[in-house]
Amino acid sequence: MATKDIYYIPEGSKWPIFGSFALFSLFIGGALLLNGSANANTVLYIGIALVAYMFVGWFNEVIGESRSGKYNQQVDVSFRMGMGWFIFSEVMFFAAFFGALYYARMFSIPWLGGLGSGTATHEFLWSTFEATWPLSVTPDPTNFDQPKDVIPAFGVPAINTLILLTSGVTVTIAHWALKANKRATLILWLAATVILGFVFVFFQAEEYAHAYSDLNLKLSSGIYGSTFYMLTGFHGFHVTMGAVMLLVILLRSFKGHFSKKDHFAFEAVAWYWHFVDVVWLGLFIFVYWV
Amino acid sequence: MSTVAHEHDHHHAPSGLKRWIFSTNHKDIGTLYLIFSLMMFFIGGAMAMIIRAELFQPGLQFVDPQFYNSMVTVHALIMIFGAVMPAGVGLANWMIPLMIGAPDMALPRMNNMSFWILPFGFALLISTLFMNGGGPAGGWTMYPPLVLQLGDAFPFLIFTVHILGVSSIMGAINIIATVFNMRAPGMTLMKMPLFVWTWVITAFLLIASLPVFAGAVTMLLTDKYFGTSFFSAAGGGDPVLFQHIFWFFGHPEVYILALPAFGIISTIIPTFSRKPLFGYASMVYATASIAILSFFVWAHHMFTVGMPIKGELFFMYATMLISVPTGVKVFNWIATMWKGAMTFETPMLFSIAFVILFTIGGFSGLMLGITPVDFQYHDTYFVVAHFHYVLLTGAIFALMAAVYYWLPKWTGYMYDEKLGKIHFWLSTIAANVLFFPQHFLGLAGMPRRIPDYNIQFADFNMISSIGGFAYGLSQLLFVYIVIKCALGGKKAKSQAWEGAKGLEWTVPSPAPFHTFETPPKLTKAMLEH
Ligand code: HEM
Ligand SMILES: [Cu+2]
Repeated sequence: MATKDIYYIPEGSKWPIFGSFALFSLFIGGALLLNGSANANTVLYIGIALVAYMFVGWFNEVIGESRSGKYNQQVDVSFRMGMGWFIFSEVMFFAAFFGALYYARMFSIPWLGGLGSGTATHEFLWSTFEATWPLSVTPDPTNFDQPKDVIPAFGVPAINTLILLTSGVTVTIAHWALKANKRATLILWLAATVILGFVFVFFQAEEYAHAYSDLNLKLSSGIYGSTFYMLTGFHGFHVTMGAVMLLVILLRSFKGHFSKKDHFAFEAVAWYWHFVDVVWLGLFIFVYWV
Repeated sequence: MSTVAHEHDHHHAPSGLKRWIFSTNHKDIGTLYLIFSLMMFFIGGAMAMIIRAELFQPGLQFVDPQFYNSMVTVHALIMIFGAVMPAGVGLANWMIPLMIGAPDMALPRMNNMSFWILPFGFALLISTLFMNGGGPAGGWTMYPPLVLQLGDAFPFLIFTVHILGVSSIMGAINIIATVFNMRAPGMTLMKMPLFVWTWVITAFLLIASLPVFAGAVTMLLTDKYFGTSFFSAAGGGDPVLFQHIFWFFGHPEVYILALPAFGIISTIIPTFSRKPLFGYASMVYATASIAILSFFVWAHHMFTVGMPIKGELFFMYATMLISVPTGVKVFNWIATMWKGAMTFETPMLFSIAFVILFTIGGFSGLMLGITPVDFQYHDTYFVVAHFHYVLLTGAIFALMAAVYYWLPKWTGYMYDEKLGKIHFWLSTIAANVLFFPQHFLGLAGMPRRIPDYNIQFADFNMISSIGGFAYGLSQLLFVYIVIKCALGGKKAKSQAWEGAKGLEWTVPSPAPFHTFETPPKLTKAMLEH
């Protein structure tokens, strides 16, 4: 385990309170925007800028401390635990949406279709409703955008699956290269990973545009559209964040920041990348395929 | 910032405002948490006073029903997320490093952020009371479709949940990293004080359940503003889905409030019984089983919502099961006191009251857990009585006990024992006058979350309100005692309590700004519990 002879405790820092305030303005801006207030955008943009500034500033400071050799193995282990459990909390966040998908498919739609305890609801509210998945006609068809079709699994989504799986391999090769002290190879494969990440995001965006305008599949298309966009949307957001993190790691690799032994940041990002990869597999199977 | 430039000077606390807002010191951050929690306790308490004033007599006297309902809602949110949870994290901050021989929390800067998010979060929440359409009034459980009718306050409510969730998750991660990575050599897991155990298990509950809550309220947000239909049957969703997701978080949440309290009681009872805790290992396992089971009982909050009968049965049996490890704990506390050389200082009084009154709450919980019976009790004052027994005379009493117990360590002075005892007796009597009659009200059918009631409920409500005012007033005495103790009094020894075990009693009182900068050498005696 960690060397227990010295502890490292950072001095006071302005970033945490700065970050708290940044989050505060971000959320106020968001809430005002949803309420349709006049100055919402200004507050929101200030909030976003502050949050971005906080990330850059805080991470810079930590990188500086790490580069100047202040951290020992114990700090490294704390960081690792922190990242690991953070990813777990993200898994649970997605679990809520997967749970909603499961519930809709296994319970609410069959019940609305008249199964089990749903008989009366079906009879008295929407007796013509048919339980299908993907759900193209909602129980009350009037207030929802009825989609013409849904995205088939074995088109762009399958390609995107390949892209993400490949990127999982490339980032692992980069890790091997790092551990073998081969910087050129590291940079090459890491760059490949970044590119694959952004290509994924690009395809996803294309697919959204297609679904929205050609297929009339929207957030407001009933529970199918809701689960589809919320799951893939949050995932896409996480991929984007992950790709940006990879990019930062790539830049740091150019600067020669990582050594064979000391490269927590690299591993943290790699873990994160594998996490978005695994979530995607869940999406591919349960949202697009079965 | 100045990290690189400054000479490290570990023996002087930074001064002025910077000490508090930039702090990376677990004791200072712990103090901030505790003070914040006390303030929230009084703000939430003031709302409770409004509620009890309105219910003093039948009819509408002081507030309009909409405002009454926002008082009920915001009172609950403030007490749960502003008072009890931060108090628990404050104690964890102060005590866990001292108990495991660590110099600080594992991630001190993140620690600061998890605290400083809180004032901003509650600013968001409290500001909603002044908005167009009023504050949130659909209950702290935020069920759709009712909650979707909220006006401008709605997105603020949702974002409050998000921002407080960020704070709690960071706090939980920090506690896990601290416990698993910062223990002094020799402090093996099964030597850890039980308070540390209960907190680390609580931290797992937090990390696993809060993100789910964040997801649930996100769906509320998109249902209201972006046309999704998660909770709308017309679009193929189901309002009941929200209840499932909410209670998947909500039931673990009640244990997030309760487990640290169990840890406190398991620390204090051995001290004043002058006996080691009975069944240490079984306590650890019971806590872990409660935590695991707490993820499989959620729908006992939803028995009347129209679930399939198999679901009703499953959740009833699972709920019955969870009272087994809870029973183990109560048994162990009593067995610890059995034939002990007991003395009854204020922390011990609160702890004994906890054991008795929490058990009453556990029993009413068992009654509520029986599906057919809950059809009668659900959404009545019986439920209100139940959760106040486990939360006020449970969690809050344990927190009070903890404050009295560790105040000497924090301030270096003994508190005024006589006043402490008066505070205890006032609180205990008042709390029972306040909540015991609510059992009868509920059994007789008085619904919760309604500002007016049938005159048949008048007498018990008046008694309850009198208890409520008495309880509220008695807490002013608590503040006086704490301030008095902080300012001076009888000097506390490092070992403030004769029978106390644990590393925190090996450092001076008040605990210096930095402790255990190098890992302590632990002797066998130090590791006893
Ligand atoms: C023996 C253990 C327990 C059992 C069997 C139990 C059972 C229940 C049941 C069945 C309900 C739902 C009643 C209804 O709405 O009809 C309930 C409500 C509640 N319980 Fe417990 N409970 C137990 C312990 C606890 C503990 C330890 C806490 C917190 C420290 C707690 C806090 C609550 C709260 C806050 C509610 C009300 C939630 C709401 O509707 O606003 N319970 N309990
Ligand atoms: Cu429960």
